[in-house]
Amino acid sequence: VSGAQDPLFDDDAEHLHELAPCGFLTTKPDGTIINVNSTFLMLTGFQREDLVGRRRFADLLTGGGRIYHETHYAPMLSMHGRVREIALDIVCADGGRLPTLVNSVLERNAAGTPVLVRTAVFDATDRREYERELLRAKQRAEDSEARATALARTLQQTLIPPTPPHIPGLDVAALYRPAGSGEEVGGDFYDIFQVSGREWVVVIGDVCGKGVEAAVVTALVRHTLRALVVGHAGPGDALGILNDILLRHDTDRFCTVALLWLRCEDEAWTATASVGGHPMPLLLRPGSAPVALGIPGSLIGAFERPEFHDAELALVPGDSLVLYTDGVTEGRLGDEFFGDARMYDALTTNAAEPEGSAASMGSHLLEQVTTFQQGNPRDDIAIVVVQVPFSR
Amino acid sequence: MDVVARHSVKITGRPDGQPMVFAHGFGCDQHMWRYVAPRFEDEFKVIVFDHVGAGGSDLAAYDVERYSTLAGYADDVVQICRELDLHDVIFVGHSVSAMIGVLASLDAPELFDKLVLVGPSPRYIDDENYEGGFTEQDITELLDSLESNYLGWSSVMAPVIMGNSDRPELGADLTASFCRTDPEIARRFAGVTFLSDNRAELLQVQTPTLVLQCINDAIAPMAVGAFVHDAIAGSSMVLLNATGHCPNLSAPDETFDAIAAFVRT
Repeated sequence: VSGAQDPLFDDDAEHLHELAPCGFLTTKPDGTIINVNSTFLMLTGFQREDLVGRRRFADLLTGGGRIYHETHYAPMLSMHGRVREIALDIVCADGGRLPTLVNSVLERNAAGTPVLVRTAVFDATDRREYERELLRAKQRAEDSEARATALARTLQQTLIPPTPPHIPGLDVAALYRPAGSGEEVGGDFYDIFQVSGREWVVVIGDVCGKGVEAAVVTALVRHTLRALVVGHAGPGDALGILNDILLRHDTDRFCTVALLWLRCEDEAWTATASVGGHPMPLLLRPGSAPVALGIPGSLIGAFERPEFHDAELALVPGDSLVLYTDGVTEGRLGDEFFGDARMYDALTTNAAEPEGSAASMGSHLLEQVTTFQQGNPRDDIAIVVVQVPFSR
Repeated sequence: MDVVARHSVKITGRPDGQPMVFAHGFGCDQHMWRYVAPRFEDEFKVIVFDHVGAGGSDLAAYDVERYSTLAGYADDVVQICRELDLHDVIFVGHSVSAMIGVLASLDAPELFDKLVLVGPSPRYIDDENYEGGFTEQDITELLDSLESNYLGWSSVMAPVIMGNSDRPELGADLTASFCRTDPEIARRFAGVTFLSDNRAELLQVQTPTLVLQCINDAIAPMAVGAFVHDAIAGSSMVLLNATGHCPNLSAPDETFDAIAAFVRT
């Protein structure tokens, strides 16, 4: 090869240093600049004599960049002997800002003492603008996610009564825990309302699916039941009409409902239950094993000819009725379900305590189910407990 | 979670020795003290730890409310001392941890025997008759700079950096997390640190105090060190012939000598 014609032959280390497509700085360990290449001077507008022996690298940075240099860059360089891809803004000779990406290596002598720092500085003007775009997009995405979560929570709150339930003469507690972190609207709902002077209705249910569309159906079901029951349909009749309405509604979604009608006559309470595809309410009578109250009925909104039955029971002081959604019994840990046995256990352990109020019974059950799922239930859980207090 | 795990507390040195607690500043973690703290082990009980959000601390323990002021960090220091049943503590705080130590000593003066403030600043932003060295715009630019520099932080890298990886070969280096943490936490800690003003608290310090000041500190300039020295009655100040804000890394010998002379008095 004839060197005279080959342009590569003329390229030497000096040219490579001076004209490299990035700025080069050599500094003492304290940052004092001892060498700088032409590219750096061109990028920043400084003269060589402005910098060499006069300025430290950190002096060329913005105030914020100087703090970053001292709190991150210098410690990392000292610890690891090199830093890479650090974004720093250099204040140019004319006061303008040059966004850069910076790599540095620390050279030590044989004794391990730092002797100099070599730094490469890349113009990152366009990249930084792109990064700002990314950050703005990320910010927008986070804002939008926060709004969606807030919306889901608001929507969820419309599916349960706004105030803690109260029925004069009974001890009532209702608990609701949405699945996961509560960012999605679940399908579980409950409602407790007065029908007439001494008549009250407790409803618990579950619309299949999650999200906004399920929430729309849940709202329809909850308010339809209120209207039907207040219009004096019996529990089973109300579920039958709800079935028709859901079948005719423009949705494929069906639901399950357990409805409890509570009447008080002469200080004595009677409960009439009707169930459509839902776990049946449990009766806990002190000293007896838990019993399911009611007769299983059809899923609601799925069949043309559903069957619903009313079952009536005279309540005595000390009785507790527990309504719950399948988030309780189908709470899972691996392949194992929480199941009926654990639920009975949680309820009876608590019922055995003389002070066991509706609230403590409900929260004990919720706590057991949540703990079983290591604190992170995958399905919504709704629990309503109605207790007839011992007379004082 | 217990306090020791929450702060990745490491205890070395003489079990019966007087305790020295070393606290790192904004940006890095307990490894900041690796060239200085071990040299006290033959005589003292040496405790290093990470502030919540830094290094090997439990990120899940980061509570936005608790850590919205330096008081939360100071309470952590008090909790660590109480949990480890430490008394007559010599607290050595670097950078913002100098002020955290000041606040802790005011909360629980009975725990502390001496304070060593390395590169302290009670207020970073200039004020009337006070030169902190920075403007509010500088701090805004710092927050920008933090965002730019944490683009590389991703959910993939985070577990590796934090050493919780399933691939131990990547997380093997204990210093891998050094100066790297969750960007959101870094941004908040930066805000809490650089917007703080603890000038009034300095006047209340009763614990014997040493101020260590680098001659060329870009974050805590000489005038600020002198302000701290003047404000804390009876304090002493030693100048370190070191450039930069981290003499514990750049001038460990001088840093050790100055602290050793003070703690042995």
